[in-house]
Amino acid sequence: MESNKTVIEIRNLVKTFPMGNREFTALNGINLTFTGGEFSGLVGPSGSGKTTLLNIIGTLDSPTEGEALVMRHSVGKLSQKKAAHLRNLKIGFIFQTFNLLPVYSALENVEFPLLLQKMNAASRKKAVMDALDWVGLADKVRSRPAQMSGGECQRVAIARAIVKKPEIVLADEPTANLDAENSHHILQTMVKLNKELGTTFLFATHDEKVIGYLRRIIKLYDGKVSSDEIVTVK
Amino acid sequence: MLTFKLAIRNLIGAGLRTWLNVFVLSLSYVVIIYMNGMLDGWNRQAKTDMIHWDTGQGQLWQKNYDPVDPFTLQNSFGPIPGELNNLVKEGQIAPVLITMASFYPEGRIQSILLKGIPDNQKVLDLPTASMIGDSTEISALVGKRMAQSNRIKVGDLITLRWRDRNGTFDAADVRIAAIFDTNVPTVDAGQIWIPLTRLQKMLQVPGEATLLIRGKSEWPSFNSEGWVSKDLKTLTAEIDQIIKGKSFSSAVMYLILLLLAMLAIFDTQVLSIFRRQREIGTQIALGMTRWQVVKLFTVEGAMHGVLAAILAAIYGIPFLASQSRFGIPMPKATDSMGLAVAEKIFPVYSIGLIIITIVFVLITATIVSYLPARRISKMNPTEAIRGRIQ
Repeated sequence: MESNKTVIEIRNLVKTFPMGNREFTALNGINLTFTGGEFSGLVGPSGSGKTTLLNIIGTLDSPTEGEALVMRHSVGKLSQKKAAHLRNLKIGFIFQTFNLLPVYSALENVEFPLLLQKMNAASRKKAVMDALDWVGLADKVRSRPAQMSGGECQRVAIARAIVKKPEIVLADEPTANLDAENSHHILQTMVKLNKELGTTFLFATHDEKVIGYLRRIIKLYDGKVSSDEIVTVK
Repeated sequence: MLTFKLAIRNLIGAGLRTWLNVFVLSLSYVVIIYMNGMLDGWNRQAKTDMIHWDTGQGQLWQKNYDPVDPFTLQNSFGPIPGELNNLVKEGQIAPVLITMASFYPEGRIQSILLKGIPDNQKVLDLPTASMIGDSTEISALVGKRMAQSNRIKVGDLITLRWRDRNGTFDAADVRIAAIFDTNVPTVDAGQIWIPLTRLQKMLQVPGEATLLIRGKSEWPSFNSEGWVSKDLKTLTAEIDQIIKGKSFSSAVMYLILLLLAMLAIFDTQVLSIFRRQREIGTQIALGMTRWQVVKLFTVEGAMHGVLAAILAAIYGIPFLASQSRFGIPMPKATDSMGLAVAEKIFPVYSIGLIIITIVFVLITATIVSYLPARRISKMNPTEAIRGRIQ
């Protein structure tokens, strides 16, 4: 992992959406830089632009103005194919609602990004088992999402995000659907991954439990950065 | 390859939903093949019966004979060529003498075609051997329709009146020796069959016939003067035309069944894309391009067709084979409705029909899977991930 190197650079980013006859500005003049190995979070109330910014960094959306460089690739200029390739190799996603593929088992869900990479079966199996082991679900490989608890589903989602050893993991409200115990368990797993693999984690959250784990807190309000502070690790 | 792997995984994972769709589609395969097989079998049977009961493998017509003009019958007699006598004696060629006559069922007068045929002939399926008997009486055969419409029973004595070659009217009683059951009306309705030699004597045309019908053996070389050859194609042209007309209606039925099956796939796909939008968004987030997802959904839809073909083969082959072997019983009522239908229809399933049906269903299944899947390419993945697309 590119520790201490810039992995995300955002310059004067503006994002607007059409809303009826008017335009709604979701992000307005954002400037941010993230280095490898960061454990940071976009914090703010609903509608502050956290998810929009995360989507742009995840190459699922593009800026209206300004520039977002992810792994030195300008998001707005990436073709659909290149963006997909970048997401598949370098970016892991964790969603609030887990977004596991419902008809797949835990193993198949975690295996999915590796299938897209066309990794050979033996390496794939090893990587999947390692990832499930990491999140403590090696005994749930055959379980489907409907057969697992919310916490287990989110851990499968984490395993799916990290199985390909991405540079960046983007987590959108990852604990919103979990109880306190499961939330702490999940967050501790992420901290462990961040420390051991050096993966950059970027959260979008307003959950106090998550905020307590962050080492950099970027507060967004009405589409603007209202504060950006480093938290001293106790 | 990856698309196929994922499509199969999705289909298997979807469990009952997949198998219900596959079962409905497999029914379409089986019903399409069954219906067409039955119509083909019906057509083939009608033609085969016509050959066995009426036309034989070919005919020679006396040059004046015109089956649609009854006035020609009065002088459509010609001497049977001597070169054919041996085959006639062996029953391999059946000379038929035809004249107009009248008979009197229950005091009424009715015009009929009086036909003479050798009682030892082996060319047609008519039970002519039952006319062999007491030489003092004239034995006759009638078909079931003729018997029913005129209340004729076996053993009845019927008065016939005819005009001989010289124009002299004469009459005689004939005894009904047998009533035959056929689904070829051209040898049944309005006809009475008697032994050829009797009719030749009655008309005073010894050794003459109106037409000659051959079985499987070809015509030997003979002096064909006064005779016109009619091959099987000419003799069956009319029924071929009817079959062609029926083929159009069976094609319409084929299309209707196919459309119903395709509607089911289309509907499933539209619903599936709407219901699985979160899954679509996730797949894009995990690194699939939109077109890869479109391809995946299209292959998934098309795979329904493949799985349905396999399922249809599992239960359809034994079902269709048993129908083909034991036949489909037809209700008696069809006969009284004026349809010439055999007691049983034996469906015929050609390889061409099966292959065309499979290919056609697969192609259309792929097309109707692709059409709704195209919507995915226009989806906003960030909205799809949240399941917000309406």
